[in-house]
Amino acid sequence: MNWYLIFAAWLIASTATLGSLFFSEVMLFMPCVLCWYQRIAMYPLVLILLLGLFPLDPKVVKYSLGLSISGLVISVYHSLLHLKIIPESAMPCVQGVPCSTVYINWLGFITIPILSMVAFALITALLFIVRKNSNEN
Amino acid sequence: MKTKLGIVAGSVITLIAIFYWASGSFKNKESVRIGSLADANKELFAPKYSPRLGHDEAPVQLVEFLDPECETCRVFYPYVKQILDRYGDKIQLVVRYAPFHRNSMNAVKILEATREQNKYWMSLEHLFANQPIWADHHNPKPEKIWDLLLQIDVDIEKVKNTMNNQDIAARIQQDINAVDELGVRKTPSFFVNGRPLLEFGLDQLLALIDDELKKSNSGR
Repeated sequence: MNWYLIFAAWLIASTATLGSLFFSEVMLFMPCVLCWYQRIAMYPLVLILLLGLFPLDPKVVKYSLGLSISGLVISVYHSLLHLKIIPESAMPCVQGVPCSTVYINWLGFITIPILSMVAFALITALLFIVRKNSNEN
Repeated sequence: MKTKLGIVAGSVITLIAIFYWASGSFKNKESVRIGSLADANKELFAPKYSPRLGHDEAPVQLVEFLDPECETCRVFYPYVKQILDRYGDKIQLVVRYAPFHRNSMNAVKILEATREQNKYWMSLEHLFANQPIWADHHNPKPEKIWDLLLQIDVDIEKVKNTMNNQDIAARIQQDINAVDELGVRKTPSFFVNGRPLLEFGLDQLLALIDDELKKSNSGR
Protein backbone atom coordinates (compact mmCIF):
# COMPACT_ATOMS: atom_id res chain seq x y z
CA MET A 1 0.00 0.00 0.00
CA ASN A 2 2.69 2.46 1.05
CA TRP A 3 4.52 1.83 -2.21
CA TYR A 4 1.54 2.96 -4.23
CA LEU A 5 1.03 6.03 -2.08
CA ILE A 6 4.64 7.11 -2.55
CA PHE A 7 4.38 6.24 -6.22
CA ALA A 8 1.32 8.50 -6.51
CA ALA A 9 3.21 11.31 -4.81
CA TRP A 10 6.10 10.78 -7.23
CA LEU A 11 3.72 10.83 -10.18
CA ILE A 12 2.27 14.15 -9.02
CA ALA A 13 5.75 15.63 -8.51
CA SER A 14 6.84 14.47 -11.97
CA THR A 15 3.74 15.86 -13.61
CA ALA A 16 4.20 19.18 -11.82
CA THR A 17 7.86 19.29 -12.83
CA LEU A 18 7.16 18.64 -16.49
CA GLY A 19 4.20 20.99 -16.37
CA SER A 20 6.29 23.83 -15.01
CA LEU A 21 8.93 23.15 -17.64
CA PHE A 22 6.20 23.26 -20.27
CA PHE A 23 5.12 26.69 -19.08
CA SER A 24 8.65 28.09 -19.05
CA GLU A 25 10.38 26.28 -21.92
CA VAL A 26 7.56 25.74 -24.40
CA MET A 27 5.11 28.53 -23.69
CA LEU A 28 8.03 30.76 -22.70
CA PHE A 29 6.46 32.16 -19.54
CA MET A 30 9.23 33.64 -17.43
CA PRO A 31 9.13 32.15 -13.93
CA CYS A 32 8.99 34.78 -11.20
CA VAL A 33 10.97 34.56 -7.97
CA LEU A 34 8.23 32.76 -6.02
CA CYS A 35 7.85 30.27 -8.89
CA TRP A 36 11.55 29.49 -8.58
CA TYR A 37 11.24 28.84 -4.87
CA GLN A 38 8.41 26.42 -5.54
CA ARG A 39 10.46 24.72 -8.24
CA ILE A 40 13.31 24.33 -5.79
CA ALA A 41 10.93 22.43 -3.51
CA MET A 42 9.25 20.41 -6.27
CA TYR A 43 12.06 19.20 -8.56
CA PRO A 44 14.08 17.27 -5.94
CA LEU A 45 10.94 15.38 -4.91
CA VAL A 46 10.99 13.60 -8.28
CA LEU A 47 14.37 12.06 -7.46
CA ILE A 48 13.97 11.60 -3.71
CA LEU A 49 10.57 9.88 -3.98
CA LEU A 50 11.85 7.68 -6.81
CA LEU A 51 14.79 6.57 -4.67
CA GLY A 52 12.36 5.75 -1.86
CA LEU A 53 10.46 3.40 -4.18
CA PHE A 54 13.32 1.01 -5.01
CA PRO A 55 13.50 -0.66 -2.60
CA LEU A 56 10.53 0.70 -0.69
CA ASP A 57 11.77 2.89 2.14
CA PRO A 58 9.08 4.64 4.23
CA LYS A 59 11.82 6.85 5.66
CA VAL A 60 11.60 8.77 2.40
CA VAL A 61 8.63 10.53 3.97
CA LYS A 62 10.93 12.17 6.49
CA TYR A 63 13.17 13.52 3.74
CA SER A 64 10.37 14.66 1.44
CA LEU A 65 7.93 16.28 3.85
CA GLY A 66 10.24 19.21 4.54
CA LEU A 67 10.31 20.03 0.85
CA SER A 68 6.62 19.51 0.19
CA ILE A 69 5.53 21.59 3.18
CA SER A 70 7.89 24.46 2.27
CA GLY A 71 6.54 24.35 -1.27
CA LEU A 72 2.99 24.33 0.02
CA VAL A 73 3.59 27.41 2.16
CA ILE A 74 5.14 29.34 -0.72
CA SER A 75 2.40 28.34 -3.15
CA VAL A 76 -0.31 29.40 -0.67
CA TYR A 77 1.40 32.75 -0.28
CA HIS A 78 1.72 33.08 -4.08
CA SER A 79 -1.94 32.20 -4.61
CA LEU A 80 -3.04 34.74 -2.00
CA LEU A 81 -0.99 37.30 -3.89
CA HIS A 82 -2.78 36.42 -7.12
CA LEU A 83 -6.14 36.58 -5.42
CA LYS A 84 -5.12 40.02 -4.12
CA ILE A 85 -5.67 38.96 -0.52
CA ILE A 86 -2.06 39.93 0.17
CA PRO A 87 -1.34 43.39 -1.22
CA GLU A 88 1.20 43.80 -4.00
CA SER A 89 3.43 46.02 -1.89
CA ALA A 90 4.18 43.02 0.30
CA MET A 91 5.76 41.25 -2.66
CA PRO A 92 9.35 40.10 -2.40
CA CYS A 93 10.03 40.52 -6.15
CA VAL A 94 12.20 43.43 -7.11
CA GLN A 95 13.02 43.11 -10.78
CA GLY A 96 12.13 41.01 -13.74
CA VAL A 97 8.74 39.34 -13.68
CA PRO A 98 6.47 40.53 -10.90
CA CYS A 99 4.97 37.61 -8.99
CA SER A 100 1.53 39.15 -9.36
CA THR A 101 1.63 38.48 -13.11
CA VAL A 102 -1.13 35.98 -13.90
CA TYR A 103 -0.12 33.94 -16.94
CA ILE A 104 -2.94 31.46 -17.16
CA ASN A 105 -6.40 31.54 -15.69
CA TRP A 106 -8.41 28.45 -16.54
CA LEU A 107 -12.08 28.45 -15.59
CA GLY A 108 -11.59 31.73 -13.80
CA PHE A 109 -9.65 30.40 -10.84
CA ILE A 110 -6.98 27.90 -11.89
CA THR A 111 -3.70 29.79 -12.04
CA ILE A 112 -0.16 28.38 -11.99
CA PRO A 113 0.31 28.88 -8.21
CA ILE A 114 -3.06 27.19 -7.61
CA LEU A 115 -1.88 24.18 -9.62
CA SER A 116 1.32 24.19 -7.63
CA MET A 117 -0.58 24.46 -4.36
CA VAL A 118 -2.80 21.49 -5.26
CA ALA A 119 0.25 19.41 -6.19
CA PHE A 120 2.10 20.22 -2.97
CA ALA A 121 -1.03 19.64 -0.88
CA LEU A 122 -1.66 16.22 -2.46
CA ILE A 123 1.96 15.16 -2.06
CA THR A 124 1.98 16.32 1.57
CA ALA A 125 -1.28 14.50 2.31
CA LEU A 126 -0.05 11.26 0.70
CA LEU A 127 3.19 11.44 2.66
CA PHE A 128 1.30 11.94 5.91
CA ILE A 129 -0.80 8.86 5.18
CA VAL A 130 2.36 6.85 4.54
CA ARG A 131 3.78 8.10 7.81
CA LYS A 132 0.63 7.13 9.69
CA ASN A 133 0.64 3.68 8.10
CA SER A 134 4.25 3.01 8.97
CA ASN A 135 3.77 4.20 12.56
CA GLU A 136 0.90 1.75 12.98
CA ASN A 137 2.95 -1.19 11.75
CA MET B 1 9.48 -5.67 -7.78
CA LYS B 2 9.59 -6.20 -11.53
CA THR B 3 6.01 -5.04 -12.04
CA LYS B 4 6.72 -2.00 -9.92
CA LEU B 5 9.76 -1.13 -11.99
CA GLY B 6 7.57 -1.55 -15.04
CA ILE B 7 4.93 0.79 -13.62
CA VAL B 8 7.51 3.50 -12.93
CA ALA B 9 9.27 3.07 -16.28
CA GLY B 10 5.93 3.14 -18.06
CA SER B 11 4.95 6.31 -16.24
CA VAL B 12 8.24 7.99 -17.11
CA ILE B 13 7.84 7.15 -20.78
CA THR B 14 4.21 8.23 -20.81
CA LEU B 15 4.92 11.54 -19.08
CA ILE B 16 7.78 12.36 -21.41
CA ALA B 17 5.78 11.35 -24.45
CA ILE B 18 2.91 13.61 -23.35
CA PHE B 19 5.38 16.43 -22.80
CA TYR B 20 6.82 16.13 -26.30
CA TRP B 21 3.46 15.72 -27.91
CA ALA B 22 2.11 18.79 -26.10
CA SER B 23 5.21 20.83 -27.05
CA GLY B 24 4.84 19.90 -30.69
CA SER B 25 1.15 20.65 -30.83
CA PHE B 26 1.56 23.92 -28.94
CA LYS B 27 4.29 25.11 -31.32
CA ASN B 28 2.23 24.14 -34.34
CA LYS B 29 -0.79 25.95 -33.01
CA GLU B 30 1.27 29.07 -32.34
CA SER B 31 2.75 28.90 -35.80
CA VAL B 32 -0.69 28.59 -37.39
CA ARG B 33 -2.07 31.40 -35.24
CA ILE B 34 0.77 33.74 -36.17
CA GLY B 35 0.54 32.65 -39.81
CA SER B 36 -3.11 33.65 -39.93
CA LEU B 37 -2.23 36.98 -38.29
CA ALA B 38 0.36 37.48 -41.02
CA ASP B 39 -2.20 36.90 -43.76
CA ALA B 40 -4.73 39.19 -42.17
CA ASN B 41 -2.49 42.00 -41.12
CA LYS B 42 0.91 42.70 -42.68
CA GLU B 43 1.13 45.94 -40.72
CA LEU B 44 1.25 44.00 -37.47
CA PHE B 45 4.64 42.56 -38.45
CA ALA B 46 6.09 45.48 -40.37
CA PRO B 47 4.38 48.80 -39.76
CA LYS B 48 5.29 51.61 -42.10
CA TYR B 49 7.16 53.53 -39.44
CA SER B 50 9.66 50.75 -38.65
CA PRO B 51 13.27 51.16 -39.74
CA ARG B 52 14.08 48.91 -42.67
CA LEU B 53 16.99 47.95 -44.87
CA GLY B 54 16.57 46.61 -48.39
CA HIS B 55 13.97 46.75 -51.13
CA ASP B 56 10.31 47.11 -50.34
CA GLU B 57 9.55 44.58 -53.09
CA ALA B 58 11.97 41.97 -51.79
CA PRO B 59 10.35 38.51 -51.76
CA VAL B 60 11.53 37.88 -48.21
CA GLN B 61 10.81 40.17 -45.33
CA LEU B 62 12.84 39.48 -42.22
CA VAL B 63 11.37 41.08 -39.13
CA GLU B 64 13.64 41.21 -36.11
CA PHE B 65 12.40 42.09 -32.66
CA LEU B 66 15.45 43.31 -30.81
CA ASP B 67 16.51 45.07 -27.69
CA PRO B 68 19.60 47.30 -27.87
CA GLU B 69 20.56 46.12 -24.39
CA CYS B 70 20.28 42.39 -25.14
CA GLU B 71 23.60 40.56 -25.42
CA THR B 72 22.38 37.91 -27.82
CA CYS B 73 21.04 40.62 -30.13
CA ARG B 74 24.50 42.17 -30.09
CA VAL B 75 26.22 38.87 -30.82
CA PHE B 76 23.73 37.96 -33.53
CA TYR B 77 23.64 41.31 -35.29
CA PRO B 78 26.73 40.67 -37.49
CA TYR B 79 25.05 37.51 -38.76
CA VAL B 80 21.97 39.50 -39.65
CA LYS B 81 24.20 41.82 -41.65
CA GLN B 82 25.79 38.82 -43.37
CA ILE B 83 22.35 37.51 -44.25
CA LEU B 84 21.46 40.89 -45.78
CA ASP B 85 24.68 40.85 -47.85
CA ARG B 86 24.16 37.28 -48.91
CA TYR B 87 20.58 37.63 -50.13
CA GLY B 88 20.99 41.18 -51.46
CA ASP B 89 17.85 42.56 -53.06
CA LYS B 90 15.88 39.43 -52.21
CA ILE B 91 15.56 40.40 -48.57
CA GLN B 92 14.37 43.30 -46.49
CA LEU B 93 15.13 43.72 -42.80
CA VAL B 94 12.57 45.38 -40.56
CA VAL B 95 13.60 46.28 -37.02
CA ARG B 96 11.05 46.21 -34.22
CA TYR B 97 11.69 46.78 -30.55
CA ALA B 98 11.12 44.49 -27.60
CA PRO B 99 12.55 46.62 -24.78
CA PHE B 100 12.82 43.95 -22.11
CA HIS B 101 15.77 45.35 -20.14
CA ARG B 102 16.04 48.08 -17.58
CA ASN B 103 17.51 50.83 -19.73
CA SER B 104 16.39 49.66 -23.14
CA MET B 105 13.47 52.07 -23.33
CA ASN B 106 15.86 54.98 -23.06
CA ALA B 107 18.18 53.51 -25.69
CA VAL B 108 15.30 52.80 -28.06
CA LYS B 109 14.06 56.38 -27.79
CA ILE B 110 17.53 57.67 -28.55
CA LEU B 111 17.89 55.34 -31.52
CA GLU B 112 14.55 56.42 -32.93
CA ALA B 113 15.59 60.05 -32.54
CA THR B 114 18.76 59.47 -34.59
CA ARG B 115 16.65 58.59 -37.61
CA GLU B 116 15.97 62.17 -38.62
CA GLN B 117 19.73 62.65 -38.90
CA ASN B 118 20.05 59.52 -41.04
CA LYS B 119 22.32 58.04 -38.42
CA TYR B 120 20.05 55.23 -37.32
CA TRP B 121 21.89 52.16 -38.61
CA MET B 122 25.23 53.60 -37.68
CA SER B 123 24.00 54.33 -34.16
CA LEU B 124 22.43 50.90 -33.74
CA GLU B 125 25.65 49.23 -34.81
CA HIS B 126 27.77 51.46 -32.63
CA LEU B 127 25.59 50.88 -29.57
CA PHE B 128 25.68 47.14 -30.16
CA ALA B 129 29.42 47.13 -30.65
CA ASN B 130 29.97 49.10 -27.44
CA GLN B 131 27.17 47.54 -25.47
CA PRO B 132 29.40 46.47 -22.54
CA ILE B 133 30.29 50.14 -21.97
CA TRP B 134 26.76 51.41 -21.47
CA ALA B 135 24.61 48.36 -20.75
CA ASP B 136 26.45 46.25 -18.21
CA HIS B 137 23.60 44.68 -16.26
CA HIS B 138 25.38 45.05 -12.94
CA ASN B 139 26.70 48.50 -13.55
CA PRO B 140 24.72 50.21 -16.30
CA LYS B 141 25.94 53.59 -17.47
CA PRO B 142 23.25 54.81 -19.85
CA GLU B 143 24.80 58.28 -19.88
CA LYS B 144 27.73 56.79 -21.82
CA ILE B 145 25.45 56.51 -24.83
CA TRP B 146 25.98 60.22 -25.46
CA ASP B 147 29.77 59.82 -25.61
CA LEU B 148 29.39 56.94 -28.01
CA LEU B 149 27.03 58.83 -30.29
CA LEU B 150 29.40 61.79 -30.33
CA GLN B 151 32.05 59.48 -31.78
CA ILE B 152 29.92 58.97 -34.87
CA ASP B 153 28.98 62.65 -35.18
CA VAL B 154 25.38 62.46 -34.05
CA ASP B 155 23.92 65.82 -33.08
CA ILE B 156 23.21 65.10 -29.43
CA GLU B 157 21.16 68.22 -28.78
CA LYS B 158 18.79 67.35 -31.59
CA VAL B 159 18.37 63.82 -30.26
CA LYS B 160 17.67 65.11 -26.76
CA ASN B 161 15.04 67.45 -28.16
CA THR B 162 13.15 64.83 -30.12
CA MET B 163 13.60 61.58 -28.21
CA ASN B 164 10.65 62.26 -25.92
CA ASN B 165 8.28 63.20 -28.74
CA GLN B 166 4.79 61.76 -28.79
CA ASP B 167 5.45 60.22 -32.22
CA ILE B 168 8.34 58.16 -30.95
CA ALA B 169 6.47 57.09 -27.83
CA ALA B 170 3.51 55.99 -29.93
CA ARG B 171 5.71 53.95 -32.28
CA ILE B 172 7.43 52.19 -29.41
CA GLN B 173 4.09 51.50 -27.78
CA GLN B 174 2.84 49.93 -30.98
CA ASP B 175 5.90 47.69 -31.05
CA ILE B 176 5.26 46.66 -27.46
CA ASN B 177 1.66 45.83 -28.36
CA ALA B 178 2.93 43.67 -31.22
CA VAL B 179 5.29 41.92 -28.81
CA ASP B 180 2.25 40.83 -26.80
CA GLU B 181 0.12 39.91 -29.76
CA LEU B 182 2.82 37.91 -31.51
CA GLY B 183 3.93 36.19 -28.33
CA VAL B 184 7.49 37.53 -28.50
CA ARG B 185 9.14 36.57 -25.22
CA LYS B 186 12.79 36.45 -26.14
CA THR B 187 15.14 38.71 -28.02
CA PRO B 188 16.12 38.48 -30.75
CA SER B 189 12.93 37.05 -32.23
CA PHE B 190 12.60 36.65 -35.97
CA PHE B 191 9.67 36.41 -38.35
CA VAL B 192 10.26 35.56 -42.00
CA ASN B 193 7.29 36.62 -44.11
CA GLY B 194 5.21 36.30 -40.98
CA ARG B 195 6.50 32.85 -40.09
CA PRO B 196 8.10 32.72 -36.65
CA LEU B 197 11.57 31.26 -36.18
CA LEU B 198 10.60 28.55 -33.72
CA GLU B 199 14.05 27.38 -32.77
CA PHE B 200 16.65 30.11 -32.40
CA GLY B 201 19.85 29.67 -34.39
CA LEU B 202 21.62 30.88 -37.52
CA ASP B 203 21.14 27.65 -39.45
CA GLN B 204 17.48 27.53 -38.56
CA LEU B 205 17.03 31.14 -39.64
CA LEU B 206 18.80 30.52 -42.97
CA ALA B 207 16.64 27.44 -43.55
CA LEU B 208 13.48 29.46 -42.94
CA ILE B 209 14.63 32.21 -45.32
CA ASP B 210 15.55 29.69 -48.01
CA ASP B 211 12.19 28.04 -47.61
CA GLU B 212 10.36 31.33 -48.10
CA LEU B 213 12.56 32.18 -51.10
CA LYS B 214 11.75 28.85 -52.68
CA LYS B 215 8.06 29.48 -52.14
CA SER B 216 8.23 32.88 -53.79
CA ASN B 217 10.22 31.47 -56.73
CA SER B 218 7.76 28.69 -57.38
CA GLY B 219 4.88 31.12 -56.96
CA ARG B 220 6.00 33.12 -59.96
